[in-house]
Amino acid sequence: MTNSIGELGTDATAIFLIGTNTTENHPVIGYKIKKNVRENGAKLVVADPRRIDLAEMADVYMQFRPGTDVALLNGMMNVIINEGLMDKEFVENRTEGFEAVKQVVEKYTPEMVSVITGVPAEDIKKAARIYAEAEAGSLCYAMGLTQHTTGTDNVKSACNLAMLTGNLGRPGTGVNPLRGQNNVQGACDMGALPVSYPAYQAVSADANREKFEQAWGVKLSPNNGCTLTAAINKAHHGELKGLYVLGENPVLSDPDSHHVIEALEKLDLLIVQDIFLTETAQLADVVLPGVTWAEKDGTFSNTERRVQRVRKAVSSPGDARQDWEILVDMTNRLGYACSYDSPEDIFEEIRKVTPSYAGITYARIDQTGLHWPCPNEEHPGTPILHAEKFSRGLGLFHAIEFQEAFELPDEEYPLILSTGRSLFHYHTGTMTRKAVALDVHQPENVVQVSPNKAAELGIIDGEKVRLTTRRGSIELKAQVTDILNDQVVFTFFHFSEASANVLTQAEKLDPVAGIPEYKVCAARLEKIV
Amino acid sequence: MLKLTINGQEIEVPKGTMLLSACQQAGADIPTFCYDPDLKLAGSCRMCVVEVEGRRNLLASCVTPCENNMVVSTESDRTTEARKVILELLLARHKVECMTCEKVGMCKLQDYCYRYGVKDSRFAGEKGHFAMEDPNPFIERDYDKCIMCTRCVRACEEITGAQAINVKERGHHAKISTIFDGKLADSTCVFCGQCIMVCPVGALTSKVSMGKGRSMEYDRVLTTCTYCGTGCTLELNVKDDQVVGVTSNRDATYSPVNKGALCVKGRFGWDFIHSPERLTTPLIKENGQFRPASWEEAMDFAANKLKAIKEKDGPDSIAMFSSARVTNEENYLAQKMMRAAIGTNNVDHCARL
Repeated sequence: MTNSIGELGTDATAIFLIGTNTTENHPVIGYKIKKNVRENGAKLVVADPRRIDLAEMADVYMQFRPGTDVALLNGMMNVIINEGLMDKEFVENRTEGFEAVKQVVEKYTPEMVSVITGVPAEDIKKAARIYAEAEAGSLCYAMGLTQHTTGTDNVKSACNLAMLTGNLGRPGTGVNPLRGQNNVQGACDMGALPVSYPAYQAVSADANREKFEQAWGVKLSPNNGCTLTAAINKAHHGELKGLYVLGENPVLSDPDSHHVIEALEKLDLLIVQDIFLTETAQLADVVLPGVTWAEKDGTFSNTERRVQRVRKAVSSPGDARQDWEILVDMTNRLGYACSYDSPEDIFEEIRKVTPSYAGITYARIDQTGLHWPCPNEEHPGTPILHAEKFSRGLGLFHAIEFQEAFELPDEEYPLILSTGRSLFHYHTGTMTRKAVALDVHQPENVVQVSPNKAAELGIIDGEKVRLTTRRGSIELKAQVTDILNDQVVFTFFHFSEASANVLTQAEKLDPVAGIPEYKVCAARLEKIV
Repeated sequence: MLKLTINGQEIEVPKGTMLLSACQQAGADIPTFCYDPDLKLAGSCRMCVVEVEGRRNLLASCVTPCENNMVVSTESDRTTEARKVILELLLARHKVECMTCEKVGMCKLQDYCYRYGVKDSRFAGEKGHFAMEDPNPFIERDYDKCIMCTRCVRACEEITGAQAINVKERGHHAKISTIFDGKLADSTCVFCGQCIMVCPVGALTSKVSMGKGRSMEYDRVLTTCTYCGTGCTLELNVKDDQVVGVTSNRDATYSPVNKGALCVKGRFGWDFIHSPERLTTPLIKENGQFRPASWEEAMDFAANKLKAIKEKDGPDSIAMFSSARVTNEENYLAQKMMRAAIGTNNVDHCARL
């Protein structure tokens, strides 16, 4: 997030949510939004293919066709420019590349966008006005915006909209991705990415490589590594021989499970370090038992870039071993000597090579976490980014044309399938399926289908149905609900018994980010006879 | 600024300050049930009454704005007597089950009865009895213990925004209820447990923690939630080296993101920690079957195979999926291992999934 979570409850006077079911996936952020709307009268605009909880209290709700985000955002920009609602001063002083965007969005009239997205033109206008006219407009998104073959385009379009309206760099504004996993921000910050060292220092830049070669005393590879999704494909082609999986479960979380399983089976060596024998660990050659978050010390960085302490509360079971100790042991066995006394000792090294973390110490975050960038020990942390200027100087507009999703419905597969999370489970269910109350409350997967579509297919609520795509088929209960329209069905990816990712496609990813298109694929729903 | 004398001490407070806050600033410990600093004022329980010179009635300090030159007494005979009567009235309805109550040690009713020496009630008579059946696996609702402070109602509306519960009926029959007095699962309840967090007595407790330990038996370890990216802080309740529950600290210093508010996963989704299915020993697969191995053997096996692959096919034939679940420190070590020890940048994690 460019801004902090608290601002959504107090400072934002208008909130635009696109592709985030906030009350289910980031419940505590959802509470703040609700409170701000109810008690302070903040305006709320919700764009989501499902009429989610927050849509009920929205000033404008736009139920758009999955995969048409760019068109919708371009349409809003078209209105803002044509009605003279843009922040001219911000665009002139803080950005570049606006003219190209203006040219592109010219043809995205609300009427034209309405045809693409299914949203009434009048609603697009209303939404644009609310966000543009707000004193402090906050744009929040989650995987609903990013998990598309056009995910990068979608995010760039959201940034265009924020820059066009000057909704950046002030309290209550910002482009705010709500990140789905507890430490996904930290994992990125720490360089668990194929293209960057800690703090996003590109591995391809000689200066960065030299810096880390010096810090670590070893020659480093100048080549970008491969992404998770690419690694699976490489394993499939036999180019990747060994894979070390730490606390991940790609068999359930990655697109096209059959493809993933085949790829993992082709490996010469699969090492899995985890707390349970996950679906992925079952395929491993060697399994290393790590510990849960309740059994370890360390830090997590949340979605607002706040670095916070994690504390050991209980001992670990049996011979399970601290994950950091396993990694240090393995690193030594692989011929690179290193030793640390504690997680804090590791953090001290992190500070030295990660400029944005340099000012953060365990002592400083003992009670209250700090927002990076925090360059020195006197620095109070940075809750709001881009206040004076962007990291590259001027904010860069990207002119973006709408492109359809990769796999559109056809006669054989007439529905659009989107997948996502439920309030009661988390990711592949490795933890929540073993949390008794959560699993009792929601023990199995469902597919959400509209009443009309259910009636057309002769399906009743709670009936077991078959959901099929070109990749595979799962059987699960139907949940008949009017929160989605007749062309869309939705299911969850937490359940190994009816795993959503058996259905999703891995053939075409976002060309830049490599993110899979979990929000759109063509599917068929059938009554089981 | 307004000048007041509280228990003989002179203090100054800004206009608009409530008496309760002024008394607290003057060091007085005023008992409260319905008052909650984060919620709208109810002014209904009357436990916070104080005596103000020249006023005929005792004043509920939580809802009385300070006035200039007030002379206030917080523990006068009249206030003490009034509080005792209130406690007796509450006891007349409250199911006294302190022997087995989950809330012992954290119960305000118990604390105040002890403080004011209230052992039983002169108002004992027919007690109401409310059905306890709510099959949800998270929240135990025992309204025979409810003191009708309505903090749960206000927390549900003002913190979570769920508006799942409200007061039904009046007087002796009053109770907290969902719409049509049904089950929580059939209401707009999201099982966040904020109601448990604010309940001052044992009316609302966690079913997941039931029977596992009471507040004086466990330590609280402040940590950060393991689920979504919001980064809520919470306290793991630890008894005999076991996590027995989750509570939260509502002070923004310790809980800057969530101020104690949690969701269903954070508050009730912790028991996987002690699941019997946890991995407790390294495993090596032989002929398609796992067998337990020592750490030495498993690490040797893994490291030797990695080295052999690196030698034969090069470092880029090895990749690592690090994790958005593990700590920064572990992610740092994971990428360092791949880059410095294996010699490849093939390290990624589930950010895209």
